Amino acid sequence: MNRIQQMLSVDKRLLSIYFTAGYPKLEDTVSIIKHLEQSGVDFIEIGLPFSDPLADGPTIQHSSKIALENGMTTKLLFKQLENIRTEVNLPLLIMGYFNPILQYGVEQFCSDCKKVGIDGLIIPDLPMEVYNSTYKDIFIEHGIAIVFLITPQTSDERISVIDDSSNAFIYMVSSASVTGSKTGFSEEQTSYFKRISEMKLKHPQIIGFGISNNDTYTNATAYAKGAIIGSAFIKHLEAHGTGNINTFVTQIKTPK
Amino acid sequence: MSYNIDQNGYYGQFGGAFIPEMLYPNVEELRQNYLSIMNEDSFKKEFNQLLKDYVGRPSPLYFAKRLSKKYNTKIYLKREDLNHTGAHKINNTIGQILMAKRLGKTRIIAETGAGQHGVATATVCALMGIECIVYMGAIDIERQAPNVSRMKMLGATVIPAQSGSKTLKDATNEAIRDWINNPIDTHYIIGSVVGPHPYPDMVAKFQSVISEEIKNQLLEHEGQSKPNYVMACVGGGSNAAGAFYQFLDDLDVNLIAVEAAGKGINSGLSAATSTLGKVGIIHGSKTLLMQSDDGQITEPYSISAGLDYPGIGPMHANLYDKNRAEFIAISDDDAMAAGLELCKLEGIIPAIETSHSLAVFKYKKFKPDDIVVLNLSGRGDKDLNTYINYFNL
Repeated sequence: MNRIQQMLSVDKRLLSIYFTAGYPKLEDTVSIIKHLEQSGVDFIEIGLPFSDPLADGPTIQHSSKIALENGMTTKLLFKQLENIRTEVNLPLLIMGYFNPILQYGVEQFCSDCKKVGIDGLIIPDLPMEVYNSTYKDIFIEHGIAIVFLITPQTSDERISVIDDSSNAFIYMVSSASVTGSKTGFSEEQTSYFKRISEMKLKHPQIIGFGISNNDTYTNATAYAKGAIIGSAFIKHLEAHGTGNINTFVTQIKTPK
Repeated sequence: MSYNIDQNGYYGQFGGAFIPEMLYPNVEELRQNYLSIMNEDSFKKEFNQLLKDYVGRPSPLYFAKRLSKKYNTKIYLKREDLNHTGAHKINNTIGQILMAKRLGKTRIIAETGAGQHGVATATVCALMGIECIVYMGAIDIERQAPNVSRMKMLGATVIPAQSGSKTLKDATNEAIRDWINNPIDTHYIIGSVVGPHPYPDMVAKFQSVISEEIKNQLLEHEGQSKPNYVMACVGGGSNAAGAFYQFLDDLDVNLIAVEAAGKGINSGLSAATSTLGKVGIIHGSKTLLMQSDDGQITEPYSISAGLDYPGIGPMHANLYDKNRAEFIAISDDDAMAAGLELCKLEGIIPAIETSHSLAVFKYKKFKPDDIVVLNLSGRGDKDLNTYINYFNL
């Protein structure tokens, strides 16, 4: 059983945090990961910055821009993560757009992920069909999990196919939106959460986009295995640097 | 082997739809319906009627006598500059607004660089009484003030793209984000043969009226429907796609695609994508694009805002890859001189985009009996300030 499956098999609501590698400072990557583990999050998404992040709102766009200006590259990220497994046990995923991975070489990328101990990849603009026809064997050969997204507009039929193509969890986008653009959940969203929950999919769902506090976290995890926070954490880093990560995570987990 | 699109949405290795799942329903709805809608008799009738009565088609194919004499070959100009709104862009926006109506959409979004596509989109939205939102880079809004005013007069809302380099690439990103946020009621009118499948094919088909007319008109002028050369400038590549379309698989017809070298191909200030680009993904399409070794998309430069795009449409990437079309890069200076030359020789002020193709005559020798059709994609009114500043007029 790999680290992700191990985590998913435990009967527990999960909290994942996304951050952009190279932000706020170029060399913050390892320190942020260690702080997050100590604060009690369950898994971490390391954002590989891209110049044109189509699915992201202003907060993550800005962090990506700063990270690139700081000098972050794919090569450097792997270098920073070289010894991460001597100190960190949580499942680690990389979330990045496809073009930088394509330029690095998909095979090389997966091989380097395996080498440093990355467990899975979330690539929003790599469609499931292209993954299945072209890249699946490479991912499987290196033992790298793939995570696909679903949205409120995804048909039940397509969700079933995505479920069949998945080997970790399903990333459930909470609303028709880019990241960081909504603050609470509407009735419509809650009924979408319910609908998916009642589909009894093979793979657990983790809800992302629009989770920013204990309310939204609690609401999301009432219907799904876990929730992912991105933009709200980036804003926290912007305001407080890497010092107060524990406070942020505690706030999310503690009801008011 | 065909140079047109295959059934999977690819031109050779280029094309496809590399989109986030959030866009899947919108793009899939279009993919499933665009061909059948375009083939409906009522659609064709309405499209052709508007092209005739509203756009003013067919646009003339004009034998440029003095220009031909100077370069000792037979040069025909396809006068897309005479279309309503001043460029070929309107062919596509007419087609797409009719498509959007048939798909039941009530809100239109578009991106624009120089503002030509924005104006063409705002125009058809006014024509149909549909809400129109145009994303435009904050820097371009400053550079292209008259077109911003035009769009506003036509009732469009112009939203500045403040992200990235604040130009066309970023306006496109913002339009895509808008579409993600509005997946039900909105149609995105992309202005070029770029973006995820089926956009490159749909836009090329709407623009193919250009080459259809060239064939008929050339037959009248010369007694033959095939020119020896068809030449057009390429930013994203929609006017070139339209001018090449009917000749793609006719190897007797040589195709010349003209890109912007800017200050020189290796100057760091260029938009010569075929030479400087590598295979990658931009705006949902696998194509050639200018990028760093690390896969970050880089900023192009050209004096012409319409050629200032870091990618090219997948059809053109394939034409380059397979050597079907000759790609020539023309510098700012050569383009400006060629634009002025057309003014003096033929009494036509061309868009600076088009001026790039006109400059090819300086470098490439054609035979006296060669028939060269140059797609005069737009008129130069919008570029008056650039011409004035450049020549100190």
